[in-house]
Amino acid sequence: MNDILALSAAGAAKAIAAGELDGGELFELYRERAAADRLNAFVWVADGPPPPSDGPLRGVPLAVKDLFCTEGVPSQSGSRILEGYRPPYSATVVERLTAAGAPLLGKTNQDEFAMGSSTENSGFGPVLNPWDRTRVPGGSSGGSAAAVAARLTPWALGTDTGGSIRQPAALCGIVGLKPTYGAVSRYGMIAFASSLDQAGPLTRDVTDAALLYGRMVGARDPRDSTSLDFPEPIVLPARTELAGVRIGVPVELAGEGIEPGVLAAFEATLELARSLGASVEQCALPHAPHALAAYYVLAPAEASSNLARFDGVRYGYRASGAGELTEMYTRTRHDGFGAEVKRRIMLGTYALSSGYYDAFYGRAQRVRTKIAEDFAAAFARFDFVATPTAPGVAFELGAKTADPLAMYLNDFCTVPMSLAGIPAISIPCGLAEPPGGGPALPVGFQLAGSAFSENALLGAAFALEQAIAFDGSTPYEA
Amino acid sequence: MNGTLEPVIGLEIHVQLATATKMFCGCELSFGEPPNTRTCPVCLGLPGALPVVNARAIHFGLMIGLALGCELAQRSIFHRKNYFYPDLPKGYQISQYDEPLCRGGSLAGVRIHRVHLEEDAAKLIHLGASGRIHGSELSVVDFNRGGTPLVEIVTEPDLHSPSQAREWLELLRATLRSLGVSDVNMNEGSLRADANVSLRLAGSDQLGTKTELKNMNSFRFLEQGVTAEIERQRGIIEAGEEVVQETLHFDPSSGAITSLRSKEEAQDYRYFPEPDLVPIATTEEMLTAAREAMGELPAARAMRFERELGLSAARARQLAFRGELGDFYERALAGGSADAVTLANWVGGELVARTGDDDPAASMVEPAALAALVALLGEHRLSVTAAREVLDVLVSEGGEPAAIVAARGLGALEDAAGLAEIVARAIANDPAAAEQVRAGNPKAIGALVGPIMRETRGRADGAEVTRLIRAELGLQPDGD
Repeated sequence: MNDILALSAAGAAKAIAAGELDGGELFELYRERAAADRLNAFVWVADGPPPPSDGPLRGVPLAVKDLFCTEGVPSQSGSRILEGYRPPYSATVVERLTAAGAPLLGKTNQDEFAMGSSTENSGFGPVLNPWDRTRVPGGSSGGSAAAVAARLTPWALGTDTGGSIRQPAALCGIVGLKPTYGAVSRYGMIAFASSLDQAGPLTRDVTDAALLYGRMVGARDPRDSTSLDFPEPIVLPARTELAGVRIGVPVELAGEGIEPGVLAAFEATLELARSLGASVEQCALPHAPHALAAYYVLAPAEASSNLARFDGVRYGYRASGAGELTEMYTRTRHDGFGAEVKRRIMLGTYALSSGYYDAFYGRAQRVRTKIAEDFAAAFARFDFVATPTAPGVAFELGAKTADPLAMYLNDFCTVPMSLAGIPAISIPCGLAEPPGGGPALPVGFQLAGSAFSENALLGAAFALEQAIAFDGSTPYEA
Repeated sequence: MNGTLEPVIGLEIHVQLATATKMFCGCELSFGEPPNTRTCPVCLGLPGALPVVNARAIHFGLMIGLALGCELAQRSIFHRKNYFYPDLPKGYQISQYDEPLCRGGSLAGVRIHRVHLEEDAAKLIHLGASGRIHGSELSVVDFNRGGTPLVEIVTEPDLHSPSQAREWLELLRATLRSLGVSDVNMNEGSLRADANVSLRLAGSDQLGTKTELKNMNSFRFLEQGVTAEIERQRGIIEAGEEVVQETLHFDPSSGAITSLRSKEEAQDYRYFPEPDLVPIATTEEMLTAAREAMGELPAARAMRFERELGLSAARARQLAFRGELGDFYERALAGGSADAVTLANWVGGELVARTGDDDPAASMVEPAALAALVALLGEHRLSVTAAREVLDVLVSEGGEPAAIVAARGLGALEDAAGLAEIVARAIANDPAAAEQVRAGNPKAIGALVGPIMRETRGRADGAEVTRLIRAELGLQPDGD
């Protein structure tokens, strides 16, 4: 059994295709582990075997973040306001992966409407980090990240708006890819911030990320106006050196505010890249320090509008006993949304208000343009930009819940790429002791490339991964 | 208060487009289907659903922009207009804001401010005695209409009377109908008008405080509502008080105007660019397709009727602005040898008097038959009275004018000697009238014509009778 659990998703797919492994047995193995989940990583687990499937991902179970619509299966985006909501249709990306043969194993816990960096904002309780169950797994795709790290699923789908795939991947010691904006259809993803949201894979290794991602992209989805044809097929990475690869390290994102242990692991990885033939130099992203401020205007502004549909009229929770319409709206949204969601709705509503629009939304859009220009300038000199994924290792549950700004700083290194719409991957690059002492925890290394450079990004990440040889096994016991 | 007050009126018109499917999803448009049968995740605003722009709606929008002489944007974008209401499933309406599809332009001297695309709201039905939200027992939502493509046309405040506003809206409707972009039916809500009304001192270029009168669902209600609002504002101003900026509802049954909300209660819609849609890039191909899809517009048709066929301006507008009348007229004109002006007067006068607001093509009269009737009249083979009788038959039964004339013995009296005898007898019977005619009173001739027409049962040609009377009395044939 442990041999089977040790198989990567790609390994399992190969074994099933070769007739060495039974897909039904594999599914049942993971189904039992997911159902016995001690991390609160899952909010729904399949209650029986999946229908027979075919395709390149045949038989490899897939965990899907709660916010993806899955026909007839609860899709709640971590919110009480959608408790028990079962959509009548499935998200395009879920349909594509199902068609490629991956059966739905379960739905994973997340921060409510993907707003958070610790998965403590879930309406269904926090997720625990399998490396240390007193600590958070990161967020918002914390359920997916924890489930992959604890081998409750071979792989998982997450979404990233400002770091929600990369940061939990870093904190859980796995691989997470945030794609180029537009590469993956958003149809059927319960929206947080439309101009930033992207679905991506959370996997044990880079090969699995490439395998899953290759089935998520392709022809543009006619149901998502912002989706684009991916210009080339995604190939499985094979490169083992980095000869001629130019890596830029932005001084703004790789120094101040980063925990010493994280910085040490990051710098050791840069050294490893050099030893593989890469050149590593400082580069400048002068507007990157303003990214977080711009993000916390733009994302809440879009969210305040995207979340208006949760009004108690048609689906989801409705407060009972209201005497008239406005009271029904107010009480439904007061009771149904958590504190962080309400905070961001208020921030966004304020930022879009008449008389404030230019000072907030307008200025934040201009910052966004500047950041994209910074990256364009960097990519004229470098193939990739490298930063630590998160400024610190996994923190203790409750450590930052009372201080939203401290929580927001988790996305300091990931938000600039989101605003620029470019792809970025986080791979585990080692362990570091948390600031207060204790067992060492995973550190993430982020590599970002220009739009649609995913093949190159996966190739470089694969070469580094081989050299790092990170051991992803956690102390988690089922 | 010195000087006279002049009304200043601008219109905001919402037009439901006659596309096959909704503005942002593939649902077919609804025409009275059972509630909530023309819906999908997109138009129900389900979580995760995304809009996709209907290309046909953009095509229709461009046609409207061309017809109104607008400047068509090379790039336009959609915005979200945010507010909560149960008929708005997403909590925002996808509309256009500061980068609309069309700007500027004019129609019949009224400047167009802008033309933009948006989606219609769903329909709220309030169950209970009142039929309105207050006092209802239960309100339900029918999402069939939600997401229907709308074009909003906003004019500058260039109208100055209720009747002018009505006439202009009729021209706009005729224009939209001729484009084939909408059913333009005010009763069914495919054409809806709001009016912005203010008063100012005649000659001033300063605008007074305006009010917005919502949703008048017929031309008559528009005229009545604007008239009532002008009077209300006049009363306020003449009493030395100030008009308050507010949104108003006009109740046509009582004539009452009530406030819906004041400026202070006006919502902040928090417009921002719709991130789920990419900008509309208007290509040369799209413009060509829109140009090629357009036929002759009513204003141009009226001009042609006036210049090329010699119709009066009023008759030309009547036939051109009610496109079905113009179509009937042109078919009749093509199919016969009738005089264009007389034929136009018969279509716009006698025929409309019989068919009312209905399309005459739906009656029993064939255009060629009306042309033949007018031709008989022109050849003096029929009196006007007899021709009216023939038209009655054509409208109710159809048929050929010549055959009807023969069957009913309605032909003009061809026996000149017989008619001359009747004329002589009439003069002999009323020497006083004859004397007055001789003395130069032209009106007196009626007293002689009447008995002649009675005796000939209307078959005598009026002009011929007049000529004979004057000859009998020794007067010049055409002198008055």
